[in-house]
Amino acid sequence: MKKKFTKATAALLALTLVGASLAGCGSSASENTDAAETAASAQSEAAAEASSEKVVYRTLDEIKESGTINIGVFSDKSPFGYVDENGDYQGYDVYFGNRIGEDLGVEINYVNTEAANRIEYLQTGKVDIILANFTVTEERAQEVDFALPYMNVALGVISPDDAVIESLDQIGADDQVIVISGTTAETYLEKNNPEIKLQKYDAYAEAKTAFVNGNAVAWANDNTEVIAFANENEGYTVGIPSLGSADTIAPAVTKGNETLLNWLNDEIKALGNENFFHADYEATLLDTYGADYEDTLVVEGGQAAGAEEAEAVESVSVAAVSADSSK
Amino acid sequence: MQSLGIDVLFKGKNFIRLLGGLWVAVRISLISVAISIVLGLIVGVLMTSKNKVLKAIFRVYLEIVRIMPQMVLLFIVYFGTTRVFGWNLEAEVSAIFVFCFWGTAEMGDLVRGALLSIPKIQYESAMALGMNTTQVYAHVILPQTIRRLIPLSINLITRMIKTTSLVMMIGIVEVLKVAQQIIEANRRSSPNAAFGLFAVVFILYFLICWPISKLSVYMEKRWS
Repeated sequence: MKKKFTKATAALLALTLVGASLAGCGSSASENTDAAETAASAQSEAAAEASSEKVVYRTLDEIKESGTINIGVFSDKSPFGYVDENGDYQGYDVYFGNRIGEDLGVEINYVNTEAANRIEYLQTGKVDIILANFTVTEERAQEVDFALPYMNVALGVISPDDAVIESLDQIGADDQVIVISGTTAETYLEKNNPEIKLQKYDAYAEAKTAFVNGNAVAWANDNTEVIAFANENEGYTVGIPSLGSADTIAPAVTKGNETLLNWLNDEIKALGNENFFHADYEATLLDTYGADYEDTLVVEGGQAAGAEEAEAVESVSVAAVSADSSK
Repeated sequence: MQSLGIDVLFKGKNFIRLLGGLWVAVRISLISVAISIVLGLIVGVLMTSKNKVLKAIFRVYLEIVRIMPQMVLLFIVYFGTTRVFGWNLEAEVSAIFVFCFWGTAEMGDLVRGALLSIPKIQYESAMALGMNTTQVYAHVILPQTIRRLIPLSINLITRMIKTTSLVMMIGIVEVLKVAQQIIEANRRSSPNAAFGLFAVVFILYFLICWPISKLSVYMEKRWS
């Protein structure tokens, strides 16, 4: 018995001695704590200052020089951004991302992002472009710069066949609606229908599992998502196919990164000439949405279809104006 | 009975990817656990110090760790340090830092509690036998402390392993994220894959945590 003790105690004795000499280490840990606190409180200020004081983003030339571009995409949002069984990124967003890499002549490093951290990734320059099904909104345009759109989107609400929700009024006081944190569905419902109780999930897969398990009466998400879900899963209906205003999906870059933004806009316009995004749709989305939705969903050459054209131009000018103001 | 979708595991490199994700989770947690135990022992001993300044510092440290969700800490370290200081920490380094920061505080508090639980008479008797302070700690107090610490620290260690699922929020693809990716990529062909895959992930976590629990039972018996 004694022998066993001495082994353990010898080791511990050594540790305690190290402990005494490392007392400084303990206090440096607490310094880090202070730093962390400052970081939290300074987050918002820093965000404003970052663009003027420190340049966090990489310009077009810097990206080309480095030979690699970092593109943030979803890894669990089929058919827009997902990982196939060989570990390769695939989907509508990724198809476009691959073309960007090809035309820039650089390697692509896809970074796995979640809905809730997309803006954070751009603002810290950890990715150069976000191509993660990013819906253009005014609030987001204050934080990042959007390029021309490449897809249309509105909100939709899906519910089980036996209790289809066709209007938000049908949602009772005790009912809950599933949303994914950081998506437009969350913002829209919080702003316009604060009385509806939301059940929030961080990852798409979790939200889906919760919905299938019947944790809530409905799931609000981009209409593309819910249409696809209803097509693939028996027993669910999109009771509200179009909620709120029609929005567009566009690539985003760090605020103020004009060289990359301009290049992306030119690229999207040029790709319009070869109907690139229709080809993209046919390669990646056709199986999910069918041919009927092709012209509704695809935005070619940065020109949102018909009546929405003015809106698209407006959102672009919002981006352009904010790019100017950050100079 | 419908298939549970386990078959998607054997498509392409899926199973290898899942194990790769598990390795990421295990690597982050084991490195953090190792560092946390060492630093936690030191911090724990320092926490029992009579020095008021030292006590206050560790009190603040512990409270911060208790109050802050690990997710917030991850965001602060990974994104916050880039914003404020311009450091570009790697995601995995940030994760290990956060887990050590958390683990050290909790481990330290466990050590403090275990040390204080040793009755005063043990110190006094040892002193009466003519031992000096180092000898009292080495031969009397610490062996008893360690024994009391084992079950408590096993809880912390297994909790740290399971909490690695949060690191997906800073872009690290660990086992749970790989499972979600596989479920999503196959949601048309195998809509039930979620159940089967989460079951497999459960088994994988179990296979990692169970030997640790076993080890603790063994050590408790051995040292009793």
